[in-house]
Amino acid sequence: MNKQEGKALSELDRPNSYIGKTVPRPNLDRLLQGRGLYVSDLELPRMTHVVFVRSPHAHAKIVGIDTQAARKMPGVVAVVTGEELSAVITPWVGVLSHLKGLKSAPQRAIAVDRVCWQGEAVVAIVATSRAAAEDAADLVIVDYEELPVVTDMRTALDAGTPVIHASLGDNLAFERVLDAGTVDAAFADADEVAEAEFVFGRHTGVTLEPRSVVADWNAAEARLTIYQGTQAPHMVQNIAALHLGLEEAQVRVICKDVGGSFGIKVHIYADEMATYALSKLLKRPVKFVADRMESFNTDIHARDHRCKGRIGVKRDGIITAFEIDDLTGIGPYSMYPRTSAIEANQVVNLVGGPYTTKNYRARARVVFQNKNVMCQYRAVGHPIACSVTEGLVDLAAAKIGMDPVEIRRRNLVPDDAYPCASASGLRFELLSHHQALNKLLEMMNYDALRAEQASLRKQNIHRGIGIASFIEVTNPSAAFYGVGGAKISSQDGVAVRLDAQGAVVCQTSITEQGQGSESLTAQIVGSVLGVSMEKVRVILGDTDQTPYGGGTWASRGAGIGGEAALQAAKILRKNILDVAAAILQSTPAELDIANNQIVNVGDGAPRIELRELARIVYFRPDTLPPGIQPELMATRHYVPREYPFAFTNGIQASWLEVDTDTGFVKLLKHWVVEDCGTIINPQLVDEQIRGGVVQGLGAALFEKCLYDERGQLTNANMADYLVPMSGEMPDIDIGHVVSPTSESELGAKGAGEAGTAGAAACVANAVNDALAPLGAVITEIPLTPELILTALKRI
Amino acid sequence: MTATHSISLEVNGERVEALIPPRINLADFLRDHLKLTGTHVGCEHGVCGACTIRVNGEIVRSCLMLAVQANEASVETIEGLSDSGEISDLQAAFRERNALQCGFCTPGMLISAQDLLKAESEPDRERIREHLSGNYCRCTGYQAIVDAVEATARARRGGS
Repeated sequence: MNKQEGKALSELDRPNSYIGKTVPRPNLDRLLQGRGLYVSDLELPRMTHVVFVRSPHAHAKIVGIDTQAARKMPGVVAVVTGEELSAVITPWVGVLSHLKGLKSAPQRAIAVDRVCWQGEAVVAIVATSRAAAEDAADLVIVDYEELPVVTDMRTALDAGTPVIHASLGDNLAFERVLDAGTVDAAFADADEVAEAEFVFGRHTGVTLEPRSVVADWNAAEARLTIYQGTQAPHMVQNIAALHLGLEEAQVRVICKDVGGSFGIKVHIYADEMATYALSKLLKRPVKFVADRMESFNTDIHARDHRCKGRIGVKRDGIITAFEIDDLTGIGPYSMYPRTSAIEANQVVNLVGGPYTTKNYRARARVVFQNKNVMCQYRAVGHPIACSVTEGLVDLAAAKIGMDPVEIRRRNLVPDDAYPCASASGLRFELLSHHQALNKLLEMMNYDALRAEQASLRKQNIHRGIGIASFIEVTNPSAAFYGVGGAKISSQDGVAVRLDAQGAVVCQTSITEQGQGSESLTAQIVGSVLGVSMEKVRVILGDTDQTPYGGGTWASRGAGIGGEAALQAAKILRKNILDVAAAILQSTPAELDIANNQIVNVGDGAPRIELRELARIVYFRPDTLPPGIQPELMATRHYVPREYPFAFTNGIQASWLEVDTDTGFVKLLKHWVVEDCGTIINPQLVDEQIRGGVVQGLGAALFEKCLYDERGQLTNANMADYLVPMSGEMPDIDIGHVVSPTSESELGAKGAGEAGTAGAAACVANAVNDALAPLGAVITEIPLTPELILTALKRI
Repeated sequence: MTATHSISLEVNGERVEALIPPRINLADFLRDHLKLTGTHVGCEHGVCGACTIRVNGEIVRSCLMLAVQANEASVETIEGLSDSGEISDLQAAFRERNALQCGFCTPGMLISAQDLLKAESEPDRERIREHLSGNYCRCTGYQAIVDAVEATARARRGGS
C-alpha cells in the first residue's frame, strides 16, 4: 500500500487487483454440479426426524392432547408436547428496549394451553424417518376449543375486539409518532393537497429451500451442534444457549449452503428452537425440514401495511409536507429477537427521505392479530415507504399538472447538500439523487418513451411509465439492534493467514446465501495481498471456525465484512513483507507482493515466491535472523461508528402495458440506477439488484398471503401463491453512480435490498400512469387483474 | 401400502436394484435411498421445478413420479449430467454469467435448459423464458439465466 493511507483503492490497481472487477464467484461448480451441502441434504448417525402437529385453528384453547396411538407407531422415538418440552427450553419475548413501548407476550417453542395462529406447533413427533413421523402425526388427537379470532388490523384496537394476550391489556404492540417541522402550516401553505390510502399485501419470502435445521446434542461432550441455513450463526448460538441453559461455548452453529434466505432465515423460529430442545431432550440428532405448506404458514410474512398518506405541494412543484398514518398487523407475537416493530419504524424513518421538505408528521401502529408472525424481509419497510412517498409525489404532480420527472427534480435533495439529515433525523453522508435521476433518464430515453406512449394511446394501447427514487439503509451499526439489548453483533471479523504453501486461508464472520460473500472476501484479500484469487480460500458460516460477527443481513456483508477483510489483509501483508525483508536482507519499503511472490517495488523483479517464504517460516525458522517471530496470520474487526447507517440511494423506472380488457399487466422494461459506493464486483452487485427488483415485482403484481375472516391462510401452496416466473419478468438495465463512504477505507455500502426497495413503487406509478386517461387511480398492491378491472369499473 | 416393491432401473448409467415402499416418490428415492442430493425438493407438489430430472430422456418433476414408476427406466440426475460432461458448456455459461445465487434451483434449471437446447438450436429470449417458466428461481430474477442459456445456444451453433 506504499506509504499513502486513506483511499487505497487506486493503489490496488495491480496485477492481482480484483476490486471493481467482474470475476466469477469461487466454488460455483459445487452448486452447478449438485454437489453442494444444504441442511436438507445432511444426515448424521442416529439422526431422527421431527414433524410437528400444527394447529388448524387461528386461535384456540388446547383442551386435551391424546398421543397414545401415535407413540405406538413403528419408528416413533418420541412424542413431545409443549409442556414436556418446557423442561429443557425457556420461553422468549420479542422486544427491544430502544423501541419504546414495544410489548409482546412470552412465546414457546411448542404451544402450551393455547394456539394463536393457524400453523403454530402443538405436538412434536420424532421418528426414525420423516414418513414414519408423518404417519404418527396423523394419529395425534388434539381437542381444541375455538376462541374468537382477531384478523383485521383495522379493528384490532377497537374496544369490542378481543384482546389476544390479556396480560398486555390491548392488541397494540408498538406505536411511534413523529412530528418534524411545521406540518400544519406547511399544508396550509400548499396550493394543492393530495391524499390516499396505500394498501400492501401480506407476502412472504418463498425461499426455494424451506427452513431446515439439524440439531445434534452430544451428551458426552455437553455440546450442541446446530446445522442451519441461517444468515446469523452467532445470533443463533447466543439464543440457543440462552434458552437451553447453556454457555455459548457449548453451542456450535454451522451453516453450509443455504437455499435462499432474503431475511426469512435471519430470525429465531419456534419450531427450530423446538428442534434444538428435542435433540437435547433425546440426546441424538434431530432434523427438521419444513414442507412447503409449513413454510407458508410459519416462515415470517412481511409488509401487510395500510398507510394513509398526504402531501402538500405548491404550484411550482415544491413539496411542502408529508404526513402518514401507518397501520400494520404482525400476527400474535413480536418475532424474536429482532422484533416485528422494525418494519413500521423504518416506514416512519424513510417516508419522504429523498426529498428536501423538513415538514413531516408520522404515526405508525403495530397491532397483534391471529395470523402468522410478521417480521423483517428483504428491504424492511423500504417498499412501503417508497411506494407511499413516490405514490404521493405522483399524485401531487398530477394535481398541479407537472411531469413526474420535473417534480422530482425540484424536490430531490441536491447532490451538493451533503452531509445533511432527513426530516425524520436520518443522517446522510453523501447521496446522488440528481446524478442518478439524470443517468436514469438517459438510460431509458425518457422523452422518446413519452412520445411512444402518447402515440400508442391513440391506438388504445395503454402503456405507463413509473419512476421511484429511494434511499436504502445499509451497513447498520449497533444502532439497529445492539442498543436495544439484542445480542446481534454489528461488527464483523476476518482472520487471514498464509498457509504453508503460500496460499491464503480467510475466515470471515459474514455468511453466504448466494450473494457472493465468499467472492467479495477473496477479491479484497487477493487484491490487498497480491495473491491470485484462486489461492484464497474463504471459510464462513461456522461459529467454531470464524471470528465473531453479525453475518449477512441488512445489506452489511460487503460494507462491514469487506472492510474487516481489507484491514486484516493489510496487516498480514505488512507481516509478510517484514519477514521477506528479513529473508532478503532488504527493507519492507523496498518490497511488494504481486502474483504470489515478493517483488521489488522499484523494478517489479521477482525476489521470492510466497510458497518459498512460507516454507522457510513454517519449516526452517532456524534460518531466520535472531529475534524474528513471523506472524503469518492477522485478524481485524470492523464496525461503522460515525454514521449509524450508510445510506445509499437509487432510482428505478418501469415501462409496462395494461390490458384494460383483462386487467393483466405486461412488464416491458425496468431500469435501475443505484449508488452503493465502491463496487467490489460489478456483476454481483447488478445481480443482487436484479434479484431484488424481481422480488419487488412479485409484491407489485402477484404475491399475497390470502387469509379468510377466520384466520385461515387459503393459498398456502406454490400453485395458488404466485411468484414471478421467467416468462413474466422483463430485462432489467442497471446503471451506477459511485459515492463511496468515507467511513471505511473500502468505501463500500450495501446493495442487496435496493432492488426490492423501489420496484413495486415504480410499477404502481406506471400502472397509474397507464390508466390516467381512463380516470383510475390504484394505491394497492398486488395489482391483480381483479383490482385493475375493478378500478376501471369493468367488474 | 407397506409392502415393499422391487424395482430395477438405471441411474446415471448405473444399474440400481431396490426394495421400496410404493409411496416413495422418485425425488425422495434419489435423495434418501441413492444419496443423490443434487436433485432438490422445493415444493413437493410439482410446481417449483427444483427436482427436475430426466427419465428416458424426457424431463420430469421427480416429486410427482413414484419411484416404482421408474422401474426399468433410465434416470439421469444433475450428478450424471455433470460427470458425463453433457452440460459442461452450459454450466460454464452459468458460472461466467453468475446465473445462480443460492444454487438450489440450479440443477433443475440446468436440466430444463438443456432440454430446450437439445430440441432447438436458436431459441430467442422469449422462447427461453417460456421454456424455463416452470422453474422457480427466487434469487436471480432470471435475466442472468436467460443470458447464459442464450450464450450457450449461440456457442453450440458455432457463434461466439
